[in-house]
Amino acid sequence: MYELFKVRAERAGAEVHRFTTKAEAESYVVGLLQQEQISEEAGHLAVWAQSPFLDASFKERVSGLAGMRFTVSREDADNAWIGISQVDGALAEIGTLVQDATAIDKRLVSMLPEIHLAILDTTTIVADMPTWIAQTDVQKLGGYMSMITGPSRTADIERVLTIGVHGPRRLIICCVDNMGGEA
Amino acid sequence: MEKQFRESIGTALDDAKLSAALGKFSVDYKVNRAKIYEDTDFEALRTEIAASKSFAAAHMEELAAQFTKNAEARGAKVFRANSPEAVREYILKVAKDNGVKTIVKSKSMATEEVHLNPYLEKEGIEVAETDLGEWIIQLAGQRPSHMVMPAIHLTREDVADIFSKEVEERLTSDIPRLVKLARERLRPKFMRAEMGISGGNIAVAETGTVVLITNEGNARLTTTLPKVHVAVVGLEKLVAKFADIAPILKALPRSATAQLLTSYVTMISGPTPTDDGAMKDLHIVLMDNQRTAMAHDPMFKEALQCIRCASCLNVCPIFRLVGGHVFGKVYTGAIGTILTAWYEGLKQSEEIQGLCIMCGACKDVCPGKIDIPNLIMEVRRRVVQSEGVPLLQKSIYQVVNNRKLFHGMLRAASVAGKPFSKDGFIRHLPLFLSDLTEGRSLPAIAPKPLRDTIKKIEQPKGLQEKVVFYAGCLIDFAYPEMGEALVKIFNKAGIEVLFPEGQTCCGAPARYSGAYEVAAQNGRDNIEALLAVEADYVISACPTCTVALNEEFISTFKSLKQYQHVARAEELAAKVMDFSTLVKKLVDEGRLSLKEGQELGKVTYHDSCHLKRTLRVDRQPRELLQKAGYEISEMFECDVCCGMGGSYSVKLPEMSAPILQRKLKNIKDTGAPVVAMDCPGCVMQIRGGMDKDGAAVQVRHTAELIAEQLKD
Repeated sequence: MYELFKVRAERAGAEVHRFTTKAEAESYVVGLLQQEQISEEAGHLAVWAQSPFLDASFKERVSGLAGMRFTVSREDADNAWIGISQVDGALAEIGTLVQDATAIDKRLVSMLPEIHLAILDTTTIVADMPTWIAQTDVQKLGGYMSMITGPSRTADIERVLTIGVHGPRRLIICCVDNMGGEA
Repeated sequence: MEKQFRESIGTALDDAKLSAALGKFSVDYKVNRAKIYEDTDFEALRTEIAASKSFAAAHMEELAAQFTKNAEARGAKVFRANSPEAVREYILKVAKDNGVKTIVKSKSMATEEVHLNPYLEKEGIEVAETDLGEWIIQLAGQRPSHMVMPAIHLTREDVADIFSKEVEERLTSDIPRLVKLARERLRPKFMRAEMGISGGNIAVAETGTVVLITNEGNARLTTTLPKVHVAVVGLEKLVAKFADIAPILKALPRSATAQLLTSYVTMISGPTPTDDGAMKDLHIVLMDNQRTAMAHDPMFKEALQCIRCASCLNVCPIFRLVGGHVFGKVYTGAIGTILTAWYEGLKQSEEIQGLCIMCGACKDVCPGKIDIPNLIMEVRRRVVQSEGVPLLQKSIYQVVNNRKLFHGMLRAASVAGKPFSKDGFIRHLPLFLSDLTEGRSLPAIAPKPLRDTIKKIEQPKGLQEKVVFYAGCLIDFAYPEMGEALVKIFNKAGIEVLFPEGQTCCGAPARYSGAYEVAAQNGRDNIEALLAVEADYVISACPTCTVALNEEFISTFKSLKQYQHVARAEELAAKVMDFSTLVKKLVDEGRLSLKEGQELGKVTYHDSCHLKRTLRVDRQPRELLQKAGYEISEMFECDVCCGMGGSYSVKLPEMSAPILQRKLKNIKDTGAPVVAMDCPGCVMQIRGGMDKDGAAVQVRHTAELIAEQLKD
């Protein structure tokens, strides 16, 4: 399932990485923040939506870095280089992330910055849209459900594909096989 | 046709940039669409969509009530608007109540339909379209030319000019920079707007959910940042169950932009928190504007199955020539013609409906399984019913309905045409008729029609099996040799060919002009003539006539509520078969043998619209030609219309000509010295074009080629 998801998500322009443990994923995220030179400088912030992935110990670890925002205002998100949120699942057939984005911080961090880093529990990938619908209690559907497939794109000028119109120019998906345990 | 409209066609045809953009797109689209649907059973998928959407159309009121109840239970305010005025007034009131100064909009055809922007701007509210294409169009003061790609008619240079004016700085035509500029310019508007207006791609009654599909991410910002969100949703967007969204989400991006899914799908069920901690003020406007009237129309309820993918524009040979500013109003192209007739009134579609050449390409790709040409025909019929047939046409049809007079005139034309004809062609016609010979020569009327020459053919005596041959006007009066070839083939298979003299025009020209009464009379006359003799089959070598005989007599009678004639029409339809299908069957059964071991060289085959897309025949003639010893060399776009379209080429020669030129080029590019086809109308168009062109390509009916290769 993961392999198909990776192929399809990459075809849609996403970058996909896979880690066995949460600890490995955390190290990757820290490395990415450093590589992208996150700082207090305008346009260089990192905005975090609340999520299980950002647990107390990891939050403490990244709090030491410059430019972190854990409560997100629209101005901070607009001023951010990278936004990090955890998604709830994915559809392998079409390389799509599924997120209940009812909480406003999840939307701000995935819409306004240049990069959206999405954390995905590998075990939550399902085959396709009908499978996802079948296992969803639609009466309890979140108020704002998002499906995300690759970065923001347009082809409105001469049908030339151009990345990053109103949303992120890069979508990085960080898949974690074992979200809970330490290996 | 109004002079102004005619001129707009001419201007579009002369616009080299437009035709280059649309021409390239139409070619790319077909390739990309085929690829993205590679692993999908498209028929099964569209059957599923048609089922859920037709159910929704049949239960529109119930679903609207259910949607309203569920969305309101979630905290949304649902407003039912029956007219464009009601939509505009409601939105203005919400804006005023909330002290709105700036509105950001994501792409919405529904708000285009009610001309919302100028109305709000007049009230002093700033309205910014945020979809890149829509923003370009807004800045240029134009209207979208395409439902999915509103600015497809503009080049990067045009966009650079438009943006330069906006930012008062000279910009280059570098696309990534232009896109970046749009991002930078529109972001502050998102940040400060107090209201966001979106459309809705699907509305789910079961959950009160509005589904939005975008690539740019502007709909997400539009529905997230401002404290007020208004979604304007046409009633045709309703579906009953949440599960109904799956097939639509599968087909819509594939058909619209050849994507597995758009970058973003947003599903909004009730208000959600905004970033100041309050709840969003969510309004959903359920817009009727003739949708319920359509749902009650026995024919047009089918149009509510449209999911607005615009694939009917993308495959249309007419749209690619003139674009949406000529072919359409707010909604453009084939489906736009139908929607315009309803949303803006029949009169508004009077001219654009005439642009459809009835090739059926759109019907094949429609994910809502709408018989679009059939509905455009019905628009045409209703236009003619309310506006009347133009005088000239009316006098022509009076002649066509009187077989003896009609045939008498055709015989007279054979003599009258002489001064203009040479080698069997009319190359020029005088004065106002000269447009008819622009780009092609017309066939001279044969000195003796088939109905005379067929009597002279000595058919073998005592044949038990018989077929009735329905010739149609072109074979009868212009190409009797095709009919003679057909007789030779059937005789060889031991079948006698009967030619009932009472047969007359199949009525297609009248029907395609909306003159159904005339077509019905033709139908009655032919049914009487063709069923008067005993035979196993009624055979035709003209696909347009074949379709008339086996489908259209029936549907014409039904449209006119002349149900008393339907049974006889069905009796006839059951016997009708096209030439290639029956001959292939005879060959397969070993009743007809072709010469063996022939090496006749290359031939290319042109698929006629009615044969390929209505009768679903494309393999049989190719296999016959191969069996005879020809090597098939396929041309590019073998099944794209040749531009004949019956009387279309007479009414709109300026459109027909470029379509023909493209066809000629595709034929010549194969290098085959012969092009075969099963339709005498296509022969007339293509042979006439080749004659003017001077190319040494023979244009032949399959019947003629096969008749030459019968085993002695």
